[in-house]
Amino acid sequence: MKKEEIPQDESNLSKSNIKELCYATDENGNYTTGLSSGWKPKTIALENSLNTINERIEEAIQAIKSGKASPIIYYMELHRMDWTTLADYVGMWKWSVKRHAKPTIFNRLNQKKLQKYADAFQISVDELINYKGA
Amino acid sequence: METNFTHHQSAHCENGVASNLLKFNGINISEPMIFGIGSGLFFFYFPLLKVNQAPAISYRPMPGFIFNKAAKRLGIKVKRIKFSSPEKAQIALENNLKNNIPTGLQVGVYNLTYFPDEYRFHFNAHNLVVYGKKENTFLISDPVMETVTTLTEEELEKVRFAKGVLSPKGQMYYPEQIPTEINWEKAIKKGIKNTCNDMLAPIPIVGVAAMRYLAKSIRKWPKTKGVKVANHYLAQMIRMQEEIGTGGGGFRFIYGAFLQEAAVILKNDKLKELSIEITKIGDLWRDFAVDASRVYKNRSNLDDVYNTLADQLLHIADLEEKFFKKLKKAI
Repeated sequence: MKKEEIPQDESNLSKSNIKELCYATDENGNYTTGLSSGWKPKTIALENSLNTINERIEEAIQAIKSGKASPIIYYMELHRMDWTTLADYVGMWKWSVKRHAKPTIFNRLNQKKLQKYADAFQISVDELINYKGA
Repeated sequence: METNFTHHQSAHCENGVASNLLKFNGINISEPMIFGIGSGLFFFYFPLLKVNQAPAISYRPMPGFIFNKAAKRLGIKVKRIKFSSPEKAQIALENNLKNNIPTGLQVGVYNLTYFPDEYRFHFNAHNLVVYGKKENTFLISDPVMETVTTLTEEELEKVRFAKGVLSPKGQMYYPEQIPTEINWEKAIKKGIKNTCNDMLAPIPIVGVAAMRYLAKSIRKWPKTKGVKVANHYLAQMIRMQEEIGTGGGGFRFIYGAFLQEAAVILKNDKLKELSIEITKIGDLWRDFAVDASRVYKNRSNLDDVYNTLADQLLHIADLEEKFFKKLKKAI
């Protein structure tokens, strides 16, 4: 890549005034560095990932509304977590976290466990148990 | 308290932290030099392991490897400490700052408040330097940012004790012993040899063999996984490849810069030629990313697009195989 080819596209970084450093060659073929505000192919890939996450959040909301899942699913997706990450945050086994995603089992959870989930999602226990998919 | 630390922006976080910490300790070493000596160029594909609901593809070695290898080859001792208690982790960090030691930290990205929201994922192998503290705010040098920034005590604790895959466990690190003389030639040669051996490894999940394995999988994705999942896999791949200085093109360019510097130190013109060659390969990685992003716009002939991408990747793998064989011979 030549220095003048360093991409200067609009991106999620440029919105926050962040620029990333790239290595590129100058007119004599020697390496130098330059700043990039963003690159379209990267933005497209990132947008695709964010859309996937938003779809998963929407699916979670529907599942909670229809009584098929507990609020854990919604907050897990909202915080872009997977089962492994969430299980590590609450300090429980993955299989038990998966069980807690069932409404009947979630409703029987004691205060201590609920608090762990609330802490992981950075909300209060009240917020967690009262989430109905609105 | 504040150490006399100078922030330099870098393309990749681990190189940047390593280079900035060594500069503070009186060793003038560039980011590409760290990357080359620390054998930062790598490729790994292991479809059984899923990250963010997509097969694990990595363009870099495990976090910490680059700095550890570079330090070892330069004769520098790096101290690394992990913690189970956040309180102790903070006290140890503050003690370092009191002793005028800017300290590297492994952190999770999700709670990094100065990153744009879109970039905050559960990725735990980010690196930054803490170079001071004012009241209850830590002074932060994040090498991918243009300027220095800050995090509160609470914010720093969250990122140091992020959970999930590769959780940092409060890990801090800093050079402990600096040699009076450094054998640059030996270090550079070791770094290059290591990279050549990695990239040419006779294992299907590492190096050029892994690129070929991945190319084979890419061809199958639309049929076996369906369009939606295939597109998600591809998006994850491109993000690993080109996000914030890492991966495909970006890493080849850093390596090109390294070979150019190494050519001068080793007085070896062949390395200069190879620098031009890897730069061209880097451009092909960028073309790959451009073509991959077309998948999301052009929904027709999807099999063709995936087949073309697989062919492109195979072509790159062939070129890199030749390149690393030549590089191995050149030193």
